[in-house]
Parts: sequence; structure tokens; C-alpha cells
Amino acid sequence: MPLGFCICGLRMSKIKFISRVTSIYISIMRGTPLMLQLLMVFFGPYFLFGMSLGDSYRFPAVIIAFSLNYAAYFAEIYRGGIQSIPVGQYEAANVLGYSRAQTFFKIILPQVIKRTLPPVTNEVITLTKDTSLAFAIACAEMFTQAKHMASAQRSMMPYVAAGIFYYVFNFVVAFVMERLEKRLSYYR
Amino acid sequence: MTAEQHNQSEMPSTGTPVFQVTHLSKAFGELQVLKDISLSVNHGQVVSIIGPSGSGKSTFLRCATLLETMEHGSMSFMGKTVCEEGPQGAVYAPVSELRKLRALFGLVFQNFNLFPHYNVLKNITDAPICVQKRDPAEVLEKARELLKTMGLSAKENAYPCELSGGQQQRVSIARALISNPQILFFDEPTSALDPELTGEILKTIRALAARKMTMVIVTHEIEFARLVSDHVVFMADGVIVEQGPPEEVISHPKNPRTQAFLMKLSHKA
Repeated sequence: MPLGFCICGLRMSKIKFISRVTSIYISIMRGTPLMLQLLMVFFGPYFLFGMSLGDSYRFPAVIIAFSLNYAAYFAEIYRGGIQSIPVGQYEAANVLGYSRAQTFFKIILPQVIKRTLPPVTNEVITLTKDTSLAFAIACAEMFTQAKHMASAQRSMMPYVAAGIFYYVFNFVVAFVMERLEKRLSYYR
Repeated sequence: MTAEQHNQSEMPSTGTPVFQVTHLSKAFGELQVLKDISLSVNHGQVVSIIGPSGSGKSTFLRCATLLETMEHGSMSFMGKTVCEEGPQGAVYAPVSELRKLRALFGLVFQNFNLFPHYNVLKNITDAPICVQKRDPAEVLEKARELLKTMGLSAKENAYPCELSGGQQQRVSIARALISNPQILFFDEPTSALDPELTGEILKTIRALAARKMTMVIVTHEIEFARLVSDHVVFMADGVIVEQGPPEEVISHPKNPRTQAFLMKLSHKA
């Protein structure tokens, strides 16, 4: 999410070149499957530079791929949030003498957080479920474990258990975000 | 030196205009919005700017409050230069200087533009405390005093969304007043309000005028302009067509354009 914030900043940069490059990055990240990106991140270093990073690289590879991918989505959510703030808010802050940084952090950002909370919740939930893609590079995440156990025990139960885990985790995410939304609902 | 001149040098507020703009021109691309506008506002004066839509009156106000930059012309507040005409057009003072000059004027917006996530008190006090670094206790006291004169003492902890339009507009007037501006600009302060609430704002503005607050008001409401102002400027197509006291410009306009505009309005009413 913080990376998404940085990318959002670059995307909205006044320097055309930077904003252009960032929008190409976002386009690629959103336009290709996450599984492909995961494989690229994991096998890329070997095929490109002949580096063999071994088993210990599995988990970092998952983290890198997911961060790069989801940052693109978060960046666009933030951008939408920032652009939805009426110009009048900037103008009022400007006339009152707030600096650009003060305007952003004191006036704009709190309103952006409130407005982007629902789509951010969506993304976090999707992210949680997408972790099951890590099986593609044989990273020992929950879904992979469940698959092993299911074939060993010839039973559906491990899948059911995994399903319950995903659900409980996302339920907690949704619950926390809902509480946060309620806390911010003191104004419209 | 006569007594009057002596007086003037001692009290610059009566001598130098609070706000002065000369030969202002502004274009958006090909479209020339303002052409050679000059206006000077003295201490305690209430100036109304009227005119048809697209006449450039809002753009003029935005240039005056530094929300837009002008291409040509010079402008000053209390004799302090905002920009001066140079060989390449208007040259603005450095940003740090402009930030200081911003404390000299206040702007009240058509749609209030209060900060929705701050309560009434914080909306008013945040800028003086965080931007101007004034003493919080003093600012708070002044804010409560302002709210009292606006009849909003009970609302200091309310959020803007809990207030009526008229109340929000009074909060935004208080927000503009707290930095002790020398001049207050209003951008169609009553356009977003129904007629009943317009009365509230009219009362507030008249109370300010009674206390010798210098004000420039862009408005669509001719009656409003007639009631509050002592100087009326009629603008059309980016130029000042006619100006003078309200009984001249509004009641006995000389210029055919002003006559046509006022005629159309009275037919509508």
C-alpha cells in the first residue's frame, strides 16, 4: 500500500515523462496475469543474469511480485480518491495560506482516506485470496499445503479447512475496515 | 502641509488604497477574458461587481485573490506589491512574499468550501494556528468571539455537514475574518442559498460594513448590491462598462449596456 502511494505520486506527477512511464507500468501490471508476473520475478534472475537464488528466494519472490502488482491497483484507487476531492478545497487552503504539503496532508489526504476505504478493503480481500497463486512457484502457502494434504488423505476436508481459513481472515479484514469506516463517518 | 495631508501620512489606511489593480488583462488561450481593468478600493468601501455571466467578474476576483495569475497589469494590497507590469507582462513577487500578502485579504466562496473533516471551531482556527503560527489561546478566544457575533456559538463543535447553507456561509466568513484581513472578497456569497438564507448573509455583510470592513462582492443579485455597497462596478465582456454609486449605476444607468442588462433582470423578476 505505501508503494502504491508512491506510484500514485509519480503517476500524478506534473513532469509528463514520469507520469507517462508510470502509467505504462500500471498498464503492464494490470494487463498481465499475476501468476505470470510471479513466475517472471522468481525465474527472471536466473534466465536474465544466470543467478541461482535457490529455495530461500521463494518467499521474497512472492512478496516482491505481489507488492509490484498490487501497488499498481492501489495507486489507481488513490488517484481516483485524490481527483475526486473538489478543487474548492485546494483553493480554500491556498487562500488561507496553507503550503502545498500542508494542504495535502491536512486537508486532502484525510478526505482521500475516507473515500478510498471501501475500494481498498476490496483490494485487500482479493490480495488475501490471491496468495493462493504462490503455489505456482511452489511456495508453501496455505492452498499448496491443503492440496498436498487432500491428495495424501484422499479427502475434501483440507480444502474445506483452507476455505474456512481464507474466509475467517477476510472476515477479520472486512470487520476492521468497517470499524474504521464507522469511525470516519462523523462527517460527509 | 494642510491638516488633512498630515492626517493622511499618519494613517496610511485612509490614504493608500487597500486594494489597487491597474491595467489588468487575462486570457485563457485565445479567449481574452479581462481587458485593461483598473480598480482601486479604499478603506471602508464596499464595492459590488455586477454583470452578466461570462463577463469576467469571477475571473477578476480569482486574479485578485491569487487563485489565477494575470498576464498584464499590476496589483497591490495596502501599497505592498503583488505584481508589477514588466516588459514581458506581469511579474509577481516571490512566493514567500506572496504568502505573507495572503494574510491581508480573505475570500468567501460561493459554495463555502469549508473543510468537511474539521468541526466549525477547527475550520476557523486551524490556519491561524498552523500557518500563521499565532498563539492558540488567543486564536481560540477570537474564534469564539466571531462565532458569537455570527450567532453560531452553539455550533462550534458541529461539522459543516450538520449546518444549513446560511450557517456554513457564516462559518466561512468567520474563517476569512480570523486572520484580521484588510479586505474581504466575496464570490457570489448568496448564489448557493435560498432567498430566506440570503437575508442572513446580507445582515452579516451589513454588520461588517458598519464596522468599516473593506469588501469587494461579486454578485448576481442587484438588490443585494444596492443594499450593501457604496460603489457598484458593472462589467461586461471583460471590461468595466460603468461604475459609480448604486443610485447612479443601478437606478439611473447611463451606459446602454448597463441599461439593457438591468432591464432584462427587472423583466425576469
